Amino acid sequence: MTSVVDRPRRAAARFWIVGLLGWLLSQPASALAPIQSWTTDTGVRVLLVSTPDLPIVDVRVVFDAGAARDGDTPGLARFTSGLLFDGAGTLDAQAVASGFERLGAQYGASAERDMAVVSLRSLADEPLLGSAIDLLSTVLTEPQFPEAAVARGRRQLQVALAQEREQPAQIASRAFYQAAYRSHPYASWPNGEPDALALLTREAAQRFHGRYYVARNAVVALVGDLDRAAAQALVQRLIGQLPAGEPAPALGPVLPLADGVSERLRHPSAQTHIVLGGPVLTRDDPDYFPLVVGNHVLGGSGLVSRVSNVIREQRGLAYSAYSYFMPMRQEGPFVMGLQTRGDQAGEAIALLRQTLDEFIAEGPSDEELEAAQRNLTGGFPLRLDSNREIVEYLAMMGFYRLPLDWLDRYVARVSAVTAEQVQDAFARRVDPERLVLIQVGGDRAVGGQ
Amino acid sequence: MIRILGALLLAAVSLRPAVATPDPADTHEQTLGNGLKVIVREDHRAPVVVTQVWYKVGSSYEPGGLTGASHVLEHMMFKGTERLAPNEFSRIIAENGGEENAFTGTDYTAYFQTLAADRLEVSFRLEADRMRNLRLDGAEFAKEIEVVKEERRLRTDDNPKALLYEQFNAVAYLAHPYRNPVIGWEDDLDTLTVDDLKTWYARWYQPANATVVVVGDVEPQKVFALARRHFGGLSGDPVPPPKRQMEPPQRGQRRLELKAPAEVPYLLMGYHVPSATADAEAWEPYALEVLAGVLDGGNSARLARELQRGQEVAASVGAGYRAFQRAPGLFLLEGTPARGHTVEELEKALLEQIGTLAREPVSAEELERVKAQVVAADVFQRDSVFYQAMRIGLLETIGGGWRVGEDYVRRIRAVTAEQVQQVVLRYLGEDKLTVGVLRPQPGALPPRRPAVIPGGRHDIGG
Repeated sequence: MTSVVDRPRRAAARFWIVGLLGWLLSQPASALAPIQSWTTDTGVRVLLVSTPDLPIVDVRVVFDAGAARDGDTPGLARFTSGLLFDGAGTLDAQAVASGFERLGAQYGASAERDMAVVSLRSLADEPLLGSAIDLLSTVLTEPQFPEAAVARGRRQLQVALAQEREQPAQIASRAFYQAAYRSHPYASWPNGEPDALALLTREAAQRFHGRYYVARNAVVALVGDLDRAAAQALVQRLIGQLPAGEPAPALGPVLPLADGVSERLRHPSAQTHIVLGGPVLTRDDPDYFPLVVGNHVLGGSGLVSRVSNVIREQRGLAYSAYSYFMPMRQEGPFVMGLQTRGDQAGEAIALLRQTLDEFIAEGPSDEELEAAQRNLTGGFPLRLDSNREIVEYLAMMGFYRLPLDWLDRYVARVSAVTAEQVQDAFARRVDPERLVLIQVGGDRAVGGQ
Repeated sequence: MIRILGALLLAAVSLRPAVATPDPADTHEQTLGNGLKVIVREDHRAPVVVTQVWYKVGSSYEPGGLTGASHVLEHMMFKGTERLAPNEFSRIIAENGGEENAFTGTDYTAYFQTLAADRLEVSFRLEADRMRNLRLDGAEFAKEIEVVKEERRLRTDDNPKALLYEQFNAVAYLAHPYRNPVIGWEDDLDTLTVDDLKTWYARWYQPANATVVVVGDVEPQKVFALARRHFGGLSGDPVPPPKRQMEPPQRGQRRLELKAPAEVPYLLMGYHVPSATADAEAWEPYALEVLAGVLDGGNSARLARELQRGQEVAASVGAGYRAFQRAPGLFLLEGTPARGHTVEELEKALLEQIGTLAREPVSAEELERVKAQVVAADVFQRDSVFYQAMRIGLLETIGGGWRVGEDYVRRIRAVTAEQVQQVVLRYLGEDKLTVGVLRPQPGALPPRRPAVIPGGRHDIGG
């Protein structure tokens, strides 16, 4: 299964981020303490779950400020997010970092396509928690984007973009999103483009922050050792100073692919990285449960899924072979993927296609569907067994405006899916003639260099 | 995984000032008649239980020619027993709503399942079965070894930094088997046979060589009763520990270079240092942990402050140390030079940081920051039943026992600035250093991607 291969601590940990992320975003969680929710007077939506067992508080502030908001400045959302902690109020980057770290607090900022997330984990004890919240408030409301940090950020990004070119997985993902999303904002590569770095300026970051890091574009998720009254006070302290602003405008829908696309990119790697898929699933999609439960049978449940069985267990063609849906605000991708020795790529693609065709034509067997439902419903408590997981679900639910009973209804809705519904949903929503196929690498013969 | 483990171990161990301490009384252990050790920790926050079975075998147990055997055997543990068909193990866990996997390191091979707490017996029944009754079928092996070779290509061969790290270890260690890659050398995988694995399994997969760790919403006495029922009847032989293999003292710097199709150079530096279970004065590993925190415990720590921001000689930079392994390890420094700087300049800047640490004690403020982080992380890690089990399993498996973990925060808090300086002077000398450099091959990578070609299912090529 997986091996722990020794690495220096800071070297990239390469487990299945893609699959894992798809799984996280598609799999909900367990019976938990009640979710409380309210909207502040400036328009921030707040979701809270009180878990008094450990003296910890987790906070996630989510803005509709992901790479889908890059506009004509590729990389701007992630660039802005990456600079938030590099100077705020009267504090420089060193003072901000040491402010959190002397408290033992953990903090960070990230931006994917839909969401920009700022997170904090602190001990619940005072004055530790209050000090960390005050500092985070300064970071959110008064980032300075100092010229020196902006210039350094651009130079570091240049290095990161060069490193992407070493990695067939990154090259394949970038090519997939460009081909699948074309002129839609989801085509913007979150890390940006090497020839557009000059656009990443202090003014651009300030403008982006001013437009999108505002109350009416924000959701706060809180989990931990605090009750509603304490949470309300804490939220006020955290985002009371955030201007109300405006919500981000609605993103346009993704146009369906008119035809299939096949692209093959050279790379001197031993393996060919294969990605096959297209835009399909929104967070509030009426086909959400048939597609996600169906995908559990197809390629979403590790070794016991059809894709893994055909590619890995029966033929030993790949270490990782999977499929997932990544539901997003607009049509997020359905992706099938694997990596295999270059001379096996053709065989693997044919098998991947055949597995998908059969699944669309016949749907799951009753036994397969039942097994998937037993795994998803029986495993429900596992998905919410830590504060960290709960806060991620709350942030997701708040961001996508899912009803507060979404988790409570999850088991019943998974159980209600029928094989006919799965087959029907896949047949309507996944057209095997209109998918994007990306192949990268496999140019180096194994045994040679 | 290792990165998580590193954080876990830094975080790992306990002592709490202001906040509630995990009560060691919540952790219980029993050894069965056949030598199997069972450790149970109660955590009733969620109706969930994690089971982990740790075997004292990993890549550092492997002789020349057999590297990767422990990890391939880990894969084969899912391929059927006398009672179960290949992959039936995984299917049963999945149908019970569980998650499962396994991992192999230098010092251990471990298997885990996470289940609703009332399903604990499912994992005990299955783990007891494959502890002694693995089938190791030749046809299944023939397929699975290909899967492992693909895993090696993915993780190592097509990853220039990982390739450098693999060869770096083989240079830093002349004799000690920490030089072995966990996944195995490519040619060793080519020559490995199912009979090799049968021998390996028979030797190491014994009740007396295993630890079962259970953390979650369980009652210890019921878990012990269940363990006796499922594991108690397993027969086994005593397992003599592996022969000691000491690394000869290093007498001068070692250097290596790796050429690979890459865009960006990369630097890896390592010094031989003691581990928490090795034969060293007890405070040293804890001083080395603090040293790693002084250098790399966040964005305010020295490497980020001086090398990423101040001199801006590094685009990324880090330091790493693992106190908890069964033999002495390495204190690692690594980084990518910033644009306009060379790997040689980065190396010089890192050596200057070590020089400063040798000359001047770290400040009280830095020491307090590292200790605050360790105290907090110790509470944070209790949010995960899985990491709690990891910590217990690892400490049992490398020797010393899980109680070492309960003492970690206290021992970190006892570290002084003088002790940090002393470990730098004692171990981070230039004659104890190995330096590895990734040299990108210019022109090895193709130019940026061309435009999208429409074409349905037809393969256009390129």
